[in-house]
Amino acid sequence: MLRFLLRRAVLALLVCLTVLVISFALTRLSGDLAISIAGPNATAEDVATIRKNYRLDRPLPVQFVEWAVHAAEGDFGSSYLYHAPVAGLIKERLPITLTLGVTGLLIALIVSIPLGIIAAMREGSAIDKAITLLALFGQAMPSFWLSLVLIIWLGLKLQLLPLSGVDTWDGYIMPGIVLAFSAIPALMRLTRAGMIDALSSDYIRTARAKGLSTAKIVLKHGLRNAAMPVVSVAAVQLGFMLGGSIVIEAVFALHGVGYLAWESISKNDFPVVQAVVLILAIIYIGLTLTADMMNAVLDPRLRTA
Amino acid sequence: MSITVLPARHVLLAMRHVAALLGMLIVGAVLLVAIFAPHLAPHDPFAQDLNLRLVPPEWMDGGSALHPLGTDQLGRDYLSRLMYGARISMTIGIFTVITSGLIGITLGVLGGYFGGRVDDMVMFIVTCRLSIPLILVALTVVALIGSSLTVVILTLGLLLWERFAVVSRTTTMQVRNLDYIAAAQAAGASRVHILLREVLPNILTHLVVVATLEMALAILLEAALSFLGLGVPPPLPSWGLMIAEGKDYMFFSPWVIMVPGIALFVLVLGINLLGDGLRDLLGAARPQ
Repeated sequence: MLRFLLRRAVLALLVCLTVLVISFALTRLSGDLAISIAGPNATAEDVATIRKNYRLDRPLPVQFVEWAVHAAEGDFGSSYLYHAPVAGLIKERLPITLTLGVTGLLIALIVSIPLGIIAAMREGSAIDKAITLLALFGQAMPSFWLSLVLIIWLGLKLQLLPLSGVDTWDGYIMPGIVLAFSAIPALMRLTRAGMIDALSSDYIRTARAKGLSTAKIVLKHGLRNAAMPVVSVAAVQLGFMLGGSIVIEAVFALHGVGYLAWESISKNDFPVVQAVVLILAIIYIGLTLTADMMNAVLDPRLRTA
Repeated sequence: MSITVLPARHVLLAMRHVAALLGMLIVGAVLLVAIFAPHLAPHDPFAQDLNLRLVPPEWMDGGSALHPLGTDQLGRDYLSRLMYGARISMTIGIFTVITSGLIGITLGVLGGYFGGRVDDMVMFIVTCRLSIPLILVALTVVALIGSSLTVVILTLGLLLWERFAVVSRTTTMQVRNLDYIAAAQAAGASRVHILLREVLPNILTHLVVVATLEMALAILLEAALSFLGLGVPPPLPSWGLMIAEGKDYMFFSPWVIMVPGIALFVLVLGINLLGDGLRDLLGAARPQ
């Protein structure tokens, strides 16, 4: 097992390094960053000044190594827009994005696990089909549009929840629901498949033969078996949600990392952009690594793989 | 019990076909509208009429038959914009899938067929791609290079290939050891010939399903990028852009976001239904 964990950790490290290169290269895509920062109305002199001030006049590899070394120490340079250290800006906003992500994941789990279990218990029935169809509906819903519809409906018409912002805790509910939509179909299908698999296995048949109640069988034996893949996919989904929350943060005016990134992209504040890309990627890599390790510890079959 | 189960099964089977058929109808209809938009649209989608701003749809109070779906904040006919918007969504969907399909299938088939180091490399690239935040990177690229339909297609195409790669890799591994591949190898066929003429046609059915999923995703992502102001540039009538432009008026004129939103939802649902139906049909055709 140690070999597996070690291999997995080395892989994660390699991916991190690649992402480091990508997030740096990304902001250099336009060819000349100074021109992008200066904007369309800048003179050649302006561009030259910017190039010098932002130290963009040195060879790319030198810039990269300098940035990477500082990034490894937690220093991502300073924002052109806020004239403040990028690390501080992100640290301030990360809790909002993380709270939103966890809220979304919790809502997704609360909805998808019971639905998945019901669908599995009535496999092939009309209820099963209806739930599967519901997943398709969820998949087709554009998140930003759903946000606006919820704002009109829950916020304005019913006045149940705040229209935007997170001054109070219930400000997280609407964006959380929208974010949950993206993860519900996958989590539900997985729960359903895992439960179907578990319910047809020998030990469930034994439990049935012993005369255990259906509820006990499903919850105690079935769910435990179905839970593992759900847990690891939930971790991956959380990673996707943190990356995808940019749209939702923009609609609900939540000043999290996604909002910061959106603002920075529109205003050419590239030190912030590359730092956010890198940090979100590293969080994702960390989440998948944790999920894999948890699986290896929990499932003896994986250890030899 | 068996008496009640049997008819129910038939109903469900028929329902599945109905769903797939419905999907096909939706996608076909949108495609036709997209192709014939210039002939179908009642008005010029770019023509503004500031005297006729935010006219509600025909069935609402104050609506007129002249503008069946109303007008937007600049007095442009909403139905015409919606029809031209279908062109953008379908173009994005189709060309993104072609781009990402080429990348993903090439990587997946190579990894699946050769295995070993090649496969490790392919899987590594897929892992790296998955760890990059999709929307964030797409927004950054479009912001840097400049927003246009081509840039959005290429950006999404370069980002949405991983499912193609994963599925073509797995399916290639399954066919790699089958007899007809061995026969082709024994007959002295070149590797390129085997990959293109023996492997590819046999994994194609699985890839069709992936293509529908990716097409739906690409259309949703374009709308999201345009909504955030970094997708297709105005005044093009992208559905995402229409929702963004209508956002400020949605409290008093909700149709400005409902009309393009429902169009987007129905198209993506149609593509997904089609994909689901294809999966069932192709899955049923497979032995096992």
